[in-house]
Amino acid sequence: MSHDHSLNPETMPHDPEKATLEGKNKFIGFWFFLGGETVLFASLFGTYLALHNSTAGGPSGQDLFGLELVFVMTVLLLTSSLTSVYAIYHMKNNDFKKMALWFVITIILGFGFVGCEIYEFTHYITEYGFSFRSSAFGSAFYALLGFHGGHVTFGLFWAIVLLIRNAKRGLNLYNAPKFYIWSLYWHFIDVVWVFIFTVVYLMGKVG
Amino acid sequence: MTENTGSKLDSFQKKKNKEEMQQQLISFALMIVFTILAFVVVITGMDKMIAIPILITLAVVQVGFQFYYFMHMKHEGHEMAAVMIYGGVWAALLTLAGLTVITWW
Repeated sequence: MSHDHSLNPETMPHDPEKATLEGKNKFIGFWFFLGGETVLFASLFGTYLALHNSTAGGPSGQDLFGLELVFVMTVLLLTSSLTSVYAIYHMKNNDFKKMALWFVITIILGFGFVGCEIYEFTHYITEYGFSFRSSAFGSAFYALLGFHGGHVTFGLFWAIVLLIRNAKRGLNLYNAPKFYIWSLYWHFIDVVWVFIFTVVYLMGKVG
Repeated sequence: MTENTGSKLDSFQKKKNKEEMQQQLISFALMIVFTILAFVVVITGMDKMIAIPILITLAVVQVGFQFYYFMHMKHEGHEMAAVMIYGGVWAALLTLAGLTVITWW
């Protein structure tokens, strides 16, 4: 089948992710999905903005948040966004091994981010007794951050499955769209995080 | 296979990819700078009427870099992608406006 041919210099199209009809459809469909995700996160942000002062006598954002950890998490996720750009750069140059290597680096950074987030939540629960049930602020905070962290975790397993599934195939027009779509998802997760660190943490500290 | 393909790739295309990579590296550096700026604004304890608009502006600019450079929206053939994502952004702004208006008014 033509769509399953491995790429070689003679057949390598400029945009392997959009060279087939399936690839084109995935591309449009995924941007449509991201538009929907934007609305999902907006409703969580709106809920958080509406409820972040309803602490029910419990700890507020100003008591809880430590900017050092948030900064580390931001740098981890932003760097992982860049390393996935490197992966796609190597995909466009038809170098599967280097692409896979940068995917692995991205995944490691992503796990670093999830580790920090788990540490952060455990810290809040054990040191401050601040949980999902503490207050309306707690519910809104964990719902928003949890949805984002869940997206990151899902993305990590998605990438691992992609790498294992395609390890022996090399790059072809069938799997190039899959890798490209994953990188779009990963950048979108970073987009959401930019707003989380701005709206939740920084604006929470400002008051 | 992967060893000898890279060198035979259309050299014009390779050069274009490299140029794009450089632009992406510059956007990454700028995004790091904006992130540090945002944290500095908070640490200096600026008045919140000034700090919040600055923070939101820095976030929007960073997201612009993500969309146009990292997610390639500046390339041709992203008209539908732009329609989709800005449609989502529009609905997102309405959602945010609705939720904030019912709580603050």
